[in-house]
Amino acid sequence: MQSIRQNDLPDALPNFRNLGVMSRILVSVNALALLFALARSREIGEFAAKVTEIAGSLEPILLVVVILLYAGSTLLKRLAYVHGLLAVLSIVLAVTAALFPLRTLLGGSGEWRELVWSLGHAALGTGAIAWYFHLRNRAFSPAISEARLQALQARIRPHFLFNTLNAVLSLIRKDPKRAEGALEDLAALFRTVMVDNRQLIALGDELSLCRQYLNLEQLRLGDRLRVDWRLDPAIEKALVPPMLLQPLVENAVYHGIEPGIAPGVIEVRIERRDDRLWLQLANPYHEDYQHRQGNHMALANIRERLQLHFDVEASLDTRIADGRYEIGIAIPYRTSL
Amino acid sequence: MTALRVVIVDDEEPARNRLRELLEDCRAELPHTIAGEAANGVEGLQIVTASEADVVLVDIHMPEMSGIEFARHLQILERPPAVIFVTAHDRYAVEAFEVNAVDYLTKPVRAVRLLTALKKAATGARLTRGVLESIDPAPRRYFSVAERGRMTLVRVSDVVYLRAELKYVTLRTQGGEYLVEESLTQLEQEFGGVFVRIHRNCLVARRSIRGVERGAETEGEAGWSVVLEGVEEKLPVSRRQWAQVKSLVS
Repeated sequence: MQSIRQNDLPDALPNFRNLGVMSRILVSVNALALLFALARSREIGEFAAKVTEIAGSLEPILLVVVILLYAGSTLLKRLAYVHGLLAVLSIVLAVTAALFPLRTLLGGSGEWRELVWSLGHAALGTGAIAWYFHLRNRAFSPAISEARLQALQARIRPHFLFNTLNAVLSLIRKDPKRAEGALEDLAALFRTVMVDNRQLIALGDELSLCRQYLNLEQLRLGDRLRVDWRLDPAIEKALVPPMLLQPLVENAVYHGIEPGIAPGVIEVRIERRDDRLWLQLANPYHEDYQHRQGNHMALANIRERLQLHFDVEASLDTRIADGRYEIGIAIPYRTSL
Repeated sequence: MTALRVVIVDDEEPARNRLRELLEDCRAELPHTIAGEAANGVEGLQIVTASEADVVLVDIHMPEMSGIEFARHLQILERPPAVIFVTAHDRYAVEAFEVNAVDYLTKPVRAVRLLTALKKAATGARLTRGVLESIDPAPRRYFSVAERGRMTLVRVSDVVYLRAELKYVTLRTQGGEYLVEESLTQLEQEFGGVFVRIHRNCLVARRSIRGVERGAETEGEAGWSVVLEGVEEKLPVSRRQWAQVKSLVS
């Protein structure tokens, strides 16, 4: 019987335009080749010769295949997993066959038996890499569900919910209009939190979510909460993981604004630099309040999701400088999947 | 029966407004007046002492001084008001309230629950330091000194040294001296790393130590004195504490 979990994240080809995927392919194919050379040589001298020989025929094939996969990535993505695998295998075999004449330059015999031999190795290699990505996918899929579940619990703090409801109650008799607005913001916030959010969304949507959230906090905290937005106007369409900023803004309020009597400023700066999107967030740092609960949950959660979405192409750093706590995130700038 | 005098302490204005509304709803059944409200514990303590309040509704989660610390300072008053804690969501504190049978309300507060709590408050048992410490063991930010119905607060970070004298402890700041009824051993436990013991009867703030000076060696004393920031006085180091003090200044 198939469980719902298994349906949750079907096997899929890796994203061939991702730097991490590319480097994994290159490294693992070459590692396989080294192992192969090691197995087939009896002494050191022979090993070096074998490596050179294998590299000579392997590297051109590997390079062409990687380039073709990069170019055809959008087409491949539309195919079902098995069809995609077959397509990749055909590409590998076709390239191996097409580049086969090169082997005679390197001292190969050019016989048909050698061609079959090469094709066989190419197919085995492809299979091994596909298996590796399959296992990797498996290893990470529970993490996705886990991250989602954990996110649902951690993202909106009960502390925030109950305090906000209390603030809305305080408005109902004297300022019903404002109470209505606040409840609408609260509903919008929860709608976003409760939908399945594994797909990337436009940064503009994430920003309006943050604004709704901050409206609610403003209701409670009044003048104590100040937000300084520094947004590059060109970034609204950039794609980001959903709930990338809101939990960070919530952390900034919880750890940076609430513990202070004097007004505090949260600074949000987002800009595009070439093909990277840079998000920076800063808030006052209160050393005495570091024991407050849930300090690192949101951060660990976001770090994990960034890794799932962008692999090595995303970074998240935090630091404390001049009495302020700062978070910096960099992800690839993209406007379409 | 005279009307209860109630004080509200919460850092969020909407939360204070809401409590006022609910108190109004309870007034017909339980006569009371609102004696004042404050946005933090420091102001709250002044208002409570000035108004001789009977009951305080206090939020736990506040900047500068937590509701629990606020309640600890109240206990030095001759006739402390009853305390009703209010919290939005603090699992740890709520468990501790239940264990110690301390009255508390959760936000959003219900008028019925508030009424019950107010009625009970008039007859409730006095909070003890032990109970409050078990709810929140975090060290206080202030020392409190009660004098002739007024309360003076001294920031822990302003204290240069603490010296035991008979049944009191003297707090010395750069600006003055205060007497508090506490035990040096308990203070040492509460503030751990902030103060260091240099003598059987004396704790010194670590960041106030400027250095040590050679003096006359006498019985039980190592012949060294601690030189302090902003205070003329030099304090003798006991032989037992010398090793620890030496490691701090070198």
